[in-house]
Amino acid sequence: MLLNQFLLLSAILFSIGVYGVLARRNGVLMLMSIELILNAVNINLVAFGAFRETVGGEVFALFVIAVAAAEVGVGLAMVLLLYRNRRSIDLATIDQLRG
Amino acid sequence: MTVDLLTLAFQRPHIDWHGIAPELVLLAVGALITLVDIIFLEKARPITAALAGLGLLATAVPLLTLAADGTDRVMFGGAYVVDEFSLVMKAVFLLAAYVVVLLSTNYVAEGDYWENEYYGLLLASVMGMVMMASARDLVSIFVALELLSIPAYLMVAWRKRDQRSNEAGLKYYLMGVFASAVMLYGMSLLYGISGSTMLADIGSAVAAAGSSVPVITLAIVFIVAGFAFKVSAVPFHTWAPDVYEGAPTPVTAFLAVASKAAGFVALLVLVLVGFPTAADVWEPLIWILAAASMTVGNMVALRQTNVVRLMAYSGVAQTGFMIAPLAVAGHGGGSADQALSAVVTYLAIYAAMNLGAFAVIIVLARKTGSAETASFAGAFHYAPGLTVAMTIFLFSLAGIPPLGGWFAKFEVFRVLATAGEPWGYVLAAVGAVNSVIALYYYAALARRMWADEVPDGDHSSVPMTPSLASALGICGVVTLAFGVAPQLVARFTDVTLVALGG
Repeated sequence: MLLNQFLLLSAILFSIGVYGVLARRNGVLMLMSIELILNAVNINLVAFGAFRETVGGEVFALFVIAVAAAEVGVGLAMVLLLYRNRRSIDLATIDQLRG
Repeated sequence: MTVDLLTLAFQRPHIDWHGIAPELVLLAVGALITLVDIIFLEKARPITAALAGLGLLATAVPLLTLAADGTDRVMFGGAYVVDEFSLVMKAVFLLAAYVVVLLSTNYVAEGDYWENEYYGLLLASVMGMVMMASARDLVSIFVALELLSIPAYLMVAWRKRDQRSNEAGLKYYLMGVFASAVMLYGMSLLYGISGSTMLADIGSAVAAAGSSVPVITLAIVFIVAGFAFKVSAVPFHTWAPDVYEGAPTPVTAFLAVASKAAGFVALLVLVLVGFPTAADVWEPLIWILAAASMTVGNMVALRQTNVVRLMAYSGVAQTGFMIAPLAVAGHGGGSADQALSAVVTYLAIYAAMNLGAFAVIIVLARKTGSAETASFAGAFHYAPGLTVAMTIFLFSLAGIPPLGGWFAKFEVFRVLATAGEPWGYVLAAVGAVNSVIALYYYAALARRMWADEVPDGDHSSVPMTPSLASALGICGVVTLAFGVAPQLVARFTDVTLVALGG
């Protein structure tokens, strides 16, 4: 099996995700970028699991998917909360706390 | 391949009920609080805080019986371990959470916010920490990390109509999720190297591969960076001051103590069990994190005008001290054990003194209506007892004998100096210089509280509740006792990890 292609795809997704988190200032787009990183992790885990012929990787990936769903639930709730109070989800304009 | 499902008899794995009893009790109490909240609604408010406190104390009972039993329990094929280290850390988490419940009682409801779910979330978060102390497997470490983080994101944003609380919550959430995603990527690489999620297997795979394999280096860098965020080490500390300032102060205390300690637990276990042989990768990494955290944290703390932000940067500097012993933990012999004991000692003492300082801040800020340093001036004139307590906690944080913080720093310096590595001496010197800088701003705050005039001339006494008084009492007694009789804490924190052959 060709492991490299999967790892390359995963590395590209990871890089796009990291770039998105660092460069974007829109709450929802940042959430989507984080999802890209998590999916890169899942590709890695499943590919390694198939390569090693152990189920550990697939099981780990299932855990990641389940926990990521909970995370995004909380994240969207917070973005919604912010929108309700400020009518904007542009993080560049949120600067009440000195950073 | 087809399997006849009917002929497969289900074999229930052996479960050591005594070993997981603390987690089960926590789970039961958390579920009970949620149910009570749903059924009795607002009427339940007076009892939820008491229930949470009692639940945390009840969880300590199976912990004590496990400690009395004294055998190391290895469960679920090695993924979950109850040893001395995990028992001591679980006790620290439970006590810290108990003090946080005392601090939160009635406080989080101020401004007409719902209080009941808060305790359910707090217990869920504590459960994640308690699991973290026992987790010896990538999957259980990940699940424990998320179980302790997700409720914490919600607790930070608790004041949902307060924009500062919203901002703090979203910042903490985005940084936290990003850090855990990067850490997961590192974990997936570790799994690829070893073909197993068990830390012990990963340890032997890393040892067999030799440490110069680039993919191992990458995995270690990602994992250490992810947990450096959790413990707010420089340069991953930028969230801490904003989140500490925006969150309700009891939640800040919880993050500053319990959440940080949980991050340290995971870091210790991963480094010392998962890849102990790759010391040439993580020792320099942790050396830089330690030196940068101490120096940057203290330098920025010098010019803070808000007490909570001051505590945030002081927390960053303290992280530098706590992580420092790990920088010399990789050259074999007993060095890993010594570093482990030093970090656990520091975590236990830091929990007491930092929670105490936050308790005083909560009481005083409630009276003055602000956490600016200027509004704390002259506190001695209307709250002499609180001022004495704050002075004790601040001097303990600075590391002045005979207070607890002195022994914690002493242990760190002892490990650094006896490691016999030149870089250990350099780090000890950096730490010594930083202790002096830290003393300056701690003492400046204390001096302000003792000597200055009250800004608005309001000498009325501060509102004090029994729960705040008992929280202060617990922290004060522990801080003093550990300083006067360090053998007390040393007896508990002289721990080893099972995989280290303890």
